[in-house]
Amino acid sequence: MSTMLNVTGATKIFNKGGVNEVTALSGVDLAVREGDFITVIGSNGAGKSTFLNAVAGCFRLNSGTVELDGENVTGWPEYRRAAKVGRVFQDPLMGTCAGATIEQNLAIALKRGQRRGLSFGVKRKDRDYFRERLATLHLGLENRLGTATGLLSGGQRQALTMLMATLVRPRLLLLDEHTAALDPKTAGMILDRTEELVTGQRLTTLMVTHNMQQAISLGNRLIMFHRGEIVLDIDGDEKRGLEVDDLLQRFAKLRGGDGVTDRMLLG
Amino acid sequence: MTTYALFGAMEQGFAFGLMVLGVYLTFRVLDFPDLTVDGSLPLGAAVSAVAISGGHSPALAALMAGGAGFLAGMVTGILNTKLKILHLLASILTMIALYSINLRIMGKPNMTLLGADTVVDQFQAFTGLPMVHSTPILFGVISLVVVALLIWFLHTEIGLCVLATGDNPRMITSQGVNTDTVIIFGVGLSNALVAVSGALVAQNQGAADVNMGVGTIIAGLASVIIGETVFGNKTIGRALIAAVLGSVLYRVAIALALGLKLGAFSITPSDLNLITAILVVIALTAPKMKAKFLAGRSS
Repeated sequence: MSTMLNVTGATKIFNKGGVNEVTALSGVDLAVREGDFITVIGSNGAGKSTFLNAVAGCFRLNSGTVELDGENVTGWPEYRRAAKVGRVFQDPLMGTCAGATIEQNLAIALKRGQRRGLSFGVKRKDRDYFRERLATLHLGLENRLGTATGLLSGGQRQALTMLMATLVRPRLLLLDEHTAALDPKTAGMILDRTEELVTGQRLTTLMVTHNMQQAISLGNRLIMFHRGEIVLDIDGDEKRGLEVDDLLQRFAKLRGGDGVTDRMLLG
Repeated sequence: MTTYALFGAMEQGFAFGLMVLGVYLTFRVLDFPDLTVDGSLPLGAAVSAVAISGGHSPALAALMAGGAGFLAGMVTGILNTKLKILHLLASILTMIALYSINLRIMGKPNMTLLGADTVVDQFQAFTGLPMVHSTPILFGVISLVVVALLIWFLHTEIGLCVLATGDNPRMITSQGVNTDTVIIFGVGLSNALVAVSGALVAQNQGAADVNMGVGTIIAGLASVIIGETVFGNKTIGRALIAAVLGSVLYRVAIALALGLKLGAFSITPSDLNLITAILVVIALTAPKMKAKFLAGRSS
């Protein structure tokens, strides 16, 4: 299988030279194969989200390269990379436009990575497609195309964001703790939809999570960040047999006398 | 209030209606507080006055004013997005610069259009109605056409991006839209409308003055807020119509205020800025005060 994402030597230092200098990523290498569903774990400040943002192009790296779908996108701004990348944020309000209707949001997403013109944003012929895709969420949103998105609950908005991120098939899907801000039931629902979408369409995916059980049960590969580096990369059969205790032990062993606690890891 | 005064207020309200639409576009749609308008309104007036005295048709002169306004707005947009200057400050810088530019354009602080043919004269001759009726109709029709165009535009693919850029820039960036470009274009469009408004006002009053823009942003804001409060803003179309009607109501309110007499004290036109500022403060804080009052009563 071909490589979808290839990151080499990614280094990001915030506030370089200042008193608050933080090395968020230090020389991260990661090759993601097409179709990989990777769960990403690590304690707060380990560099997980920074890594996802680096891939999405939210900032320029201090050094290192990002290749996406066979193209060197290191110098591309975020909006340009968006043609290849679908994103869902932790904040369920972040992925949709509150003032626009459900169908307007979907219409915006349907044009991701394409030129936009002066034809009507929401086209009649697209409405059936929107209904069909909304029905897969089992939330009844297919009957509420004209509802302002701001009137939906956080869970509904996050489900809509999932749909928007995958409406145009992304070459890479980035999920940044996208269930963390939801109540457990809603989080479970979003996770089910995630699994359906990702495995159903065989999307290449990076999913950051704080939930060890999720990280183990979902996906075919697991990576762990610590202090801006990838310290664990568990793949294939080994991943399938993994349990939470194994993970904790391996992490403790890796960091030696670092005094790692569950709290730090899960925090 | 006499009908004559009412028609006068409508004439003013519709003439400034395009300005209010421009302010709505930046303040409400793009969430970009833009003070460029204090400079782009006289810019439009100056460009159209110079174009008319240079022998161009008054309608073309108004369009040229729009082009100049678009450029002025783009400058503010570029200062903000590309040079990373705070939006408020970027717009003040453009506004200040425009003062000098407007003086250069006219070559003097003011310019009369006495004797020159304007859109107002042409429309009056075309309809045969008395001026006091034809002018509000002309400006009303222009406002209506621009509202229709804006409603259409904000429903196009690009228009949706403009809406989303003001609402949730992170989301629209992740959908592949360059928000810098949208802001530069949006602020440009807003100031184009403001400049056309300035051209209409100048042609109506028969003169362009370099100081005529003072307080434009406050009048625009007051109109937007009055319109929203009275006519609502549930849909984009409704909000745009409300903005234009808010502009008319604002001029009516001003006309009424000017007639006020409290004993020996009477309000003069020089008090307008103070009255408008108070009006905007009340309109901005009233919703919060109301919520506080209601919360206080229920506890």
